[in-house]
Amino acid sequence: MTFLAQVELIKPPEIEYSAIAPVLIVLGAACVSVLFEAFLPKHQRWAAQVVLTMLTFIGAGTALGLYAGAETTTAQGITTLSGAVAVDRPVIFLWVTLLLLGFGSILLIADRSVEPGGAFVADAAVRPGTVQDRAQATRTGMQTEVFPLTLFALAGMMVFVAANDLLTMFIALEVLSLPLYLMCGLARRRRLLSQEAAVKYFLLGAFASAFFLYGLALLYGYAGSVKLADIATATAGSDKSDTLLFAGFGLLVVGLLFKASVGPFHAWTPDVYQGAPTPITAFMAACTKVAAFGGILRVLTVAFERTNWEWRGVLWGVAVASMVIGAVLGLTQTDVKRMVAYSSVAHAGFLLIGSISLTEQGLSGTLFYLLAYGFTTIAVFGVISLVRNADGEATHLSQWAGLAKRSPVLAGVFTFLLLALAGIPLTSGFVGKFVVFAAAIQDGLAPLVVVALVASAVAAFFYLRVIVLMYFSEPAPDGPTVTVPGAFTTIAITVGAAVTLVLGVWPSFALDWAGAGGFIF
Amino acid sequence: MLAPASGATDAVAASGLASLAWLLLALPAFGAAVLLLAGKRADKWGHLLGCATIIAAFAYGLALFFTTLGQGAEERTSELHLFDWIPVGALDVEFGLRLDPLSLTFVLLITGVGSLIHIYSIGYMAHEEGRRKFFAYLNLFVSAMLLLVLGNGFVTLYFGWEGVGLASYLLIGWYQYKPEAASAAKKAFLMNRVGDLGLAIAIFIMFKELGTTTYTDVFARVDELSSGSILAITLLLLLGACGKSGQFPLQAWLPDAMAGPTPVSALIHAATMVTAGVYLIARSNPIYNLSADGRLVVMIIGGVTLLIGCIIGCAYDDFKKVLAYSTVSQIGYMILAVGLGPVGYALGIMHLLTHGFFKAGLFLGAGSVMHGMNDEGNIRRMGGLAKYMPVTFATWALGYLALIGIPPFSGFFSKDAIIAAAFGEPGWRGYVFGGVALLGAALTAFYMTRLLILVFLGKPRWKELKTSEDGREYHPHESPWSMKIPMIVLAVGSVGAGFFLENGERLAGWLEPTLGPLQETHGALDHTMVAILSVALSLVGVALAFLLFGRKPQPTTRPLRVSFPVRAARADLYGNALNEALFARPGTWLSRALVFVDNKGVDGLVNGTAALLGGSSGRLRRLQTGFVRSYALSMLLGAICVLGALLMVRFS
Repeated sequence: MTFLAQVELIKPPEIEYSAIAPVLIVLGAACVSVLFEAFLPKHQRWAAQVVLTMLTFIGAGTALGLYAGAETTTAQGITTLSGAVAVDRPVIFLWVTLLLLGFGSILLIADRSVEPGGAFVADAAVRPGTVQDRAQATRTGMQTEVFPLTLFALAGMMVFVAANDLLTMFIALEVLSLPLYLMCGLARRRRLLSQEAAVKYFLLGAFASAFFLYGLALLYGYAGSVKLADIATATAGSDKSDTLLFAGFGLLVVGLLFKASVGPFHAWTPDVYQGAPTPITAFMAACTKVAAFGGILRVLTVAFERTNWEWRGVLWGVAVASMVIGAVLGLTQTDVKRMVAYSSVAHAGFLLIGSISLTEQGLSGTLFYLLAYGFTTIAVFGVISLVRNADGEATHLSQWAGLAKRSPVLAGVFTFLLLALAGIPLTSGFVGKFVVFAAAIQDGLAPLVVVALVASAVAAFFYLRVIVLMYFSEPAPDGPTVTVPGAFTTIAITVGAAVTLVLGVWPSFALDWAGAGGFIF
Repeated sequence: MLAPASGATDAVAASGLASLAWLLLALPAFGAAVLLLAGKRADKWGHLLGCATIIAAFAYGLALFFTTLGQGAEERTSELHLFDWIPVGALDVEFGLRLDPLSLTFVLLITGVGSLIHIYSIGYMAHEEGRRKFFAYLNLFVSAMLLLVLGNGFVTLYFGWEGVGLASYLLIGWYQYKPEAASAAKKAFLMNRVGDLGLAIAIFIMFKELGTTTYTDVFARVDELSSGSILAITLLLLLGACGKSGQFPLQAWLPDAMAGPTPVSALIHAATMVTAGVYLIARSNPIYNLSADGRLVVMIIGGVTLLIGCIIGCAYDDFKKVLAYSTVSQIGYMILAVGLGPVGYALGIMHLLTHGFFKAGLFLGAGSVMHGMNDEGNIRRMGGLAKYMPVTFATWALGYLALIGIPPFSGFFSKDAIIAAAFGEPGWRGYVFGGVALLGAALTAFYMTRLLILVFLGKPRWKELKTSEDGREYHPHESPWSMKIPMIVLAVGSVGAGFFLENGERLAGWLEPTLGPLQETHGALDHTMVAILSVALSLVGVALAFLLFGRKPQPTTRPLRVSFPVRAARADLYGNALNEALFARPGTWLSRALVFVDNKGVDGLVNGTAALLGGSSGRLRRLQTGFVRSYALSMLLGAICVLGALLMVRFS
């Protein structure tokens, strides 16, 4: 009897369904999508998956809009699922960003016009280099499992940025990572490179997860709880050794920095960006970065703000390392996808500057930077997927020589996007850098900003090199051709470039929105 | 000495005609957009639209100028709020325009000279494919340059600053088939980035210390800053100015930029964009007023540059490159002038305006000569062209007289005033800077006369050569009217602008609400004495050039340097030996040394930095082995470093 009474005491937690509806919709759709794979005949799957995915994005977007716009919504947000998930202003901004960028990536993933049959392998189990493998490169079938995998990864990212305790965060981290490992290995062309990338990403990802988990365990030992809020309380005064706290913090942060491809934990980035199918690279570069920095911002602000005196200098050094590694190593890259990968390492350094500012401006600046960078990146990879020769994408830079003479429009768009990455005014890249650096200056990080300005001046050189190559070099006689993209890719590139311009000229609405409120816990 | 009131005139909200000032930016931008978007359809009328938008902007600028002239001095500064650009928290960068005498002066210069050069380009670029795109880029440039001078804060200025850099990059690289055009474009872009870095850091310092970047607020509160911050800001702004204006040590890109079409050289690399550095310092006068050390550095940079430009100008055989170094040295004068502080701001701007006229005219003349000579740029292959191109010669010669400062041409008034003001500095400074400026005047006269003789006078050496290096025969001819009219208009400016602006301190009075009252100084030499000296020295330079280059036929190829002293001694023992030993030979050595330093030292610094980065990049790249085990090791090491650092910070 007493035992039963105790059982009755365990109440299911209150769940604010309207707040987490977007995540539930994406997860539910991912499950339906798996069922489609199991029960629909092969020729119907692509169309069904595309329609389902589009509906998912519309549904999740609507649910999010309804929740955020509803009058009952408290201005600063709520926590739900007994505090495991927070839905506050930054989370809503990050969810919208993730949904928008995810939608852009799905457009690239679904495209079948650039590469006949899509960028994905028809049968993932065929070994690379065999006769069957060569045969399937010319078949127009496609592995439509990539759709449910994308949706699962996206749902993982959405939970990751909203997670208010470390255990939820870890689960979300695995939910977002596992599908990504698989998706990296699905390239139709250059299968070996693609599979190698997938294995590398998996091994290193597992390694990083171990760091995260170990850090989590140490922090639990310190605070007696995995909740971010409890850790924050414990840092105010606890009889446990500070070694536990800082060792735990260090390991946890290494796991997060790995996902955000911040140097020196970036080693996987160039190989994986190069090997993965380009639409997946776009998805990783845009959405994973958003999710990882969303997580970093929350952890640093909510749990460790009080100890920032101790860790700030260390992350300061990490940001410098990341910017220097990205800018310097980017100089000698000969593959355009690797070059963008190093650029993303440098950008991760800039984002980290905003993240350690720990002020309202730092938060809103970093959020804005993520939105701006994501759109630019998706458009960049969209353009890269169009420059092809008989073997697939022509990613070696020498093949891009004189591209402006063959395709002035494509070269013009790419030039604009590169200028955005370099941070030239009139592009979102300039505004993003400006707000992040301004926030850092205000928070006393002036020397770091000087380093960042120098790094961005160095990085401008390798963007400029591509522009010079496209405009001023003679085209190679057997150079690549520029594929005329279908509707999906065209929309993705156009929207990416347009947003880059709009956020550069009229960023105030996005900045207002990014600065609407802080984290709650 | 200091004028705390300068630049502090309160701005009022723009109203009436001024509330349409956004048109100044919108008109050229509209032209550029239409020309770029319309594609080949615009080939027939594109250049006309390009000209029309600039002329319309000029007309509006004139109307605005006369309206402002009708107002009292206190009402002449107004601000036009357009929209909030980057509003986030404490930082609110609004996008607004500041209309005051200084910016209006620049608006008239940019749109006025811009219109003339647009018209000239119709003829000059007539045979070019894609002329429409050229006009689109020119329009883009004008729009960005107007934003640079009209913006009401440092961030808006930076925006225009990058915009003109981009347009300049596109236009220098216009002849895409020439490798030197591509490398020149790249060099310009990169050296400008170095300068931009300085400007960006200066802006961030202002933001950090004052929390604002608009001119009104920064200038009103600049005295709250520590003297160290003020010095840092002045030096960083100067670095920005050096990059954009081709000042020492960032001057090497400007001569290379002559690889672009001549109208571009005239508009961007002589009259307007390269003077942005002078604008920046003059605009920031309330900051510079507070730092005598900062101004001293500005003066030193100006003085060094003006000498370097003159001396190297003596050594080049390329028509446009000589003019480019002349631009470098003339901007050196302007930088020197604004470095003098309240006694010099208005003088710098005046020289900027007169220089805008005569240097644009000289460049257009050079373009006209090259247009008629199969695009030949080597002056040793010219000679005696005066009678084939009478209008070009006449207008060019007027510009020449203006540049070397012969009264009553415009350069005399503006340059002379700067030299006199430099002599007015206290103590050794007066003698050093005044002396440098005087020496520069003599050298300017020397190399410009050399240019005049080799191109327009003497034996027509091209007749012996018959064909240019690409095999086409030389048929020198006068250019069409669309090119002649702008040259004539600019020549009128070269003759009259100086007197007009100087008379009754017209310009200084007009600029007073922005730059403060022009102060008089009385130094070691009085004004009349300086005028006599500078004209006399210029005449000496002219005479020297005639003695060296005007009396005997010049070779069509550059004399080999090694044998030069030997042959010179053999031929000139009769009378030139003294000149040789005292002036020409040390001059040659000095110019050779400076050319060497310019090519090896400065380029070497740029290339060396690039090599360092590239080399370390190549070495670091080997760390990216492709093996998962080494990646995992690098992560582990990174993690150990992070952990170690964290624990060390906590427990040390």
